[in-house]
Amino acid sequence: MATTTAASPETPIGYGRMKRKEDARFIRGQGKYLDDIVLPGMLHGAVLRSPYAHAKIVSIETSAALAHPKVLRVITAKDLETLGLAWMPTISYDSQAVLAGDKVRFQGQEVAFVIAEDRYSARDALELIEVEYEPLPAVVNARKALEADAPLIRDDKDGQTDNLASPLWEAGDAEEADQVFAEADIVVEREMIYPRCHPAPLETCGMIADMNPETGQLDLYNGNQAPNAHRTVYAQVAGLPEHMIRIMTNDIGGGFGNKVPVYPGYVCAIVGSIVTGKPVKWVEDRSENLMSTGFARDYVMHGRICAKHGRITGVRVDVIADHGAFDSTAQPSKFPAGFFHIFTGSYDLEAAHCSVKAVYTNKAPGGVAYRCSFRVTEAIYLVERLVGELALKMEVDGAELRMNSFIRPEQFPYENKTGWTYDSGDYEKTMREAMRIAGYDELRREQAEKRERGELMGIGVAFFTEVVGAGPRRHMDILGLGMADGADLRVHDDGRAVLSISAQTQGQAHETTFAQIVAEELGISPDKIEVRHGDTDRTPFGLGTYGSRSTPVSGASAAVAARRARDKARLIAAGMLETSPEDLAWEKGRWYVKGDPEKAATIDEIAAAAYGEAPLPEGLEGGLEGQSVYDPPNLTYPCGAYICVVDVDPGTAEVEVRRFIAVDDCGVRINPMIVDGQIMGGLAEGVGIALMEVITFDEQGNCLNGSMMDYLIPTALECPDWELGATVTPCPHHPIGAKGVGESATNGSPPAIVNAVCDALYRSHGVAHIDMPLNPARVWAAMQGRAEPPQ
Amino acid sequence: MEVTININGEPVTREIEPALLLVHFIRDTPGLTGTHWGCDTSNCGACVVQMDGLPVKSCTVLAAMAEGHEIRTIEALSIDGVLDPVQQGFHEEHGLQCGFCTPGMIMTARALLDANPDPTEDEIRTAISGAICRCTGYSNIVRAVRWAAEHEAAQPRRS
Ligand code: FES
Ligand code: FES
Repeated sequence: MATTTAASPETPIGYGRMKRKEDARFIRGQGKYLDDIVLPGMLHGAVLRSPYAHAKIVSIETSAALAHPKVLRVITAKDLETLGLAWMPTISYDSQAVLAGDKVRFQGQEVAFVIAEDRYSARDALELIEVEYEPLPAVVNARKALEADAPLIRDDKDGQTDNLASPLWEAGDAEEADQVFAEADIVVEREMIYPRCHPAPLETCGMIADMNPETGQLDLYNGNQAPNAHRTVYAQVAGLPEHMIRIMTNDIGGGFGNKVPVYPGYVCAIVGSIVTGKPVKWVEDRSENLMSTGFARDYVMHGRICAKHGRITGVRVDVIADHGAFDSTAQPSKFPAGFFHIFTGSYDLEAAHCSVKAVYTNKAPGGVAYRCSFRVTEAIYLVERLVGELALKMEVDGAELRMNSFIRPEQFPYENKTGWTYDSGDYEKTMREAMRIAGYDELRREQAEKRERGELMGIGVAFFTEVVGAGPRRHMDILGLGMADGADLRVHDDGRAVLSISAQTQGQAHETTFAQIVAEELGISPDKIEVRHGDTDRTPFGLGTYGSRSTPVSGASAAVAARRARDKARLIAAGMLETSPEDLAWEKGRWYVKGDPEKAATIDEIAAAAYGEAPLPEGLEGGLEGQSVYDPPNLTYPCGAYICVVDVDPGTAEVEVRRFIAVDDCGVRINPMIVDGQIMGGLAEGVGIALMEVITFDEQGNCLNGSMMDYLIPTALECPDWELGATVTPCPHHPIGAKGVGESATNGSPPAIVNAVCDALYRSHGVAHIDMPLNPARVWAAMQGRAEPPQ
Repeated sequence: MEVTININGEPVTREIEPALLLVHFIRDTPGLTGTHWGCDTSNCGACVVQMDGLPVKSCTVLAAMAEGHEIRTIEALSIDGVLDPVQQGFHEEHGLQCGFCTPGMIMTARALLDANPDPTEDEIRTAISGAICRCTGYSNIVRAVRWAAEHEAAQPRRS
């Protein structure tokens, strides 16, 4: 076995750098991902998809496919209608066709499901299905979808006469904003798009459904980010008793938001198992993943920012959100634009206002948060890009302008202009730490020299404040489910412990981090703590892992459960030491008598006593356990200062990210190695989004980035060696002071990179903005004065 | 058609369709699921194995073409339970998160070190540039390979 080393000697057990417990299986190729699972008698499914973005379905002819010797069934919308499953609810209370019956609404939409004896035959048989389509005009541009003569996409919905997906939604105070903007010294206005991109985890999505016709038990193997919530949704949609459904995720090859929704292929696999009485596996290929599953962003934003006396005073923005053909945006129900109204950023503004319109287009549904907490990424990009451009136009340094405008440490808890209560932060300290690591003044000198020589070097600054850890029950829910997370802890009589959690790792190392939380609270070595997750029969209810909520919510739940076990241990120890609980004091791993520290009971001894034969104090039951369902009192607000150094090739317009400095403040760090790993991964994805990742469509609605040949993902060659730093401002309301970090880097890095490129090109070429992705063609066009939106 | 492929020192014989990809042969027949699949277009590198000592993308080789060749997968990398230094390096330097790219990355890195025992950071980045990791941002993978190079130099274990 790979040795799992306990944390450094000065902190014997608990927080600190500790190598990952889960590595042992992965480095040997012994991980168990969905497609590695083979059940006896298992059949294979494949999905037939629409070649058109918008078309009436005239007829579907399946007889040739059914004649294939290895094909058992072909399922279409007609079959699903008889089961009441032709449509399913989305995560945003919209409806989505499981298989298209009336018409197809995006290219790649699910039309039929073939079940065959093996994977190759299922795919071969797709070619034998004949679908007659009557093509309709398609609309893929969000603004055009709002025009009066745009084709109506959702004619399935009663009373729907246009392509608006939800009513106009506003936050902040428009009148106050009018006034602050009128009084400003300078106003900068910018139309920008955060283009459609895709989380594209390395493992695609899939499902094995295994319905036992005798017992009615439905076993689902499915790598998703919220197994307990998925189970409730399946129970509601299919009318099955929830306790008869078991979801097992096993190992997940990355999620990044892509594995939050329920996809039509999952429902088809379930129906397939019901109608065949056999387990059915469906695993999508990469094109299916990119073309049909949850995309991210696609926000068209018209932003304005203003300043007075050298400080930022107001920000406002009007957004058109492009949801694709079905609104399956991932967000708490009450917030149709997620947490976008955190666009006020890290600044003590005098006014702010936003309005958000959402539209349907003939594109794949989604609006998932690609390493993002519910539209926070769009909000941070907007405000940091506006601040970047404002600094260029004011001819002041971007870091200075930000520091002049920050919310100051003594203002926390700080209520912003759209109603969020920021918990804590020391933004200037974090900013200065990034500048120190970067050698900021030296970089500016180097840039000045290079400018003289005609070289295009840019330094980009971004400072973000995120809002994560959703969320307090009194404020939010998803599909009517409160956003709490459970933790069940049992300390066994041998002093080992098992913690069961509802958070769902997709690589975040919960088996290590959560063991460290319990270790810190109870003084049991993390090696002796097993963390269970990813099996609804063996874990408590909770809403899972996305929106950087594992540590803020589930981690808090684990700490509270451990503290409850510790409280009980105190009562047991009092009996063992023949004293009263009040006379005992705790130090990691033991309760001792105040004033007589030699007289103590260790957690091992207490655990043995908890299950032993000796009598326990009056009224105390045996066992050593702790349980919690944690409802967070507030969200958490991690922040960070990012500085990016780019060189733009004047001949080819290629952008090279030469250096990237990231200083994150995510509160208390449980395992700094794992925290840094999360940040580095997010930075690489940020480089991807800023420079190359984009999903675009032609006028007919054909997806132009449906494979990894066209959807470019950064390799080791496009990523620099990241330079990381940290400040630690504990979260005041979280039991261990942690804030969450998984998504910080994807928030801060795209604006830092775009700011750097504009910093390189503004003086020489007058370029104050380029929409992402900043690939050579787009940067070149901008340098020639022909910058265009990507869509 | 029937093919015999030597996988990790064992001949594996099976009747196959001519279109069967090597990655599926490896995963289905001996059930060696450490070799992963991640794309349709030979871009991701999750499927890398060694064929006659050289790294290949097993999704880009037909099983029929591997007839008579020697395939080595992640499952054969540790010897008598002792980890290969590359495997150990990934653990030491936190070179993996979800683990999905890891077998392909490790097999690629193993082939690099066999050919170049003391690679620079740039050489490592170039060698793994045919493989995508969505989780780690690559810096720690580079460190993991350097760790292996340094520990192998100190303690050569391969003949
Ligand atoms: S599976 Fe992607 S390169 Fe082989
Ligand atoms: S560790 Fe997840 S893709 Fe590399």
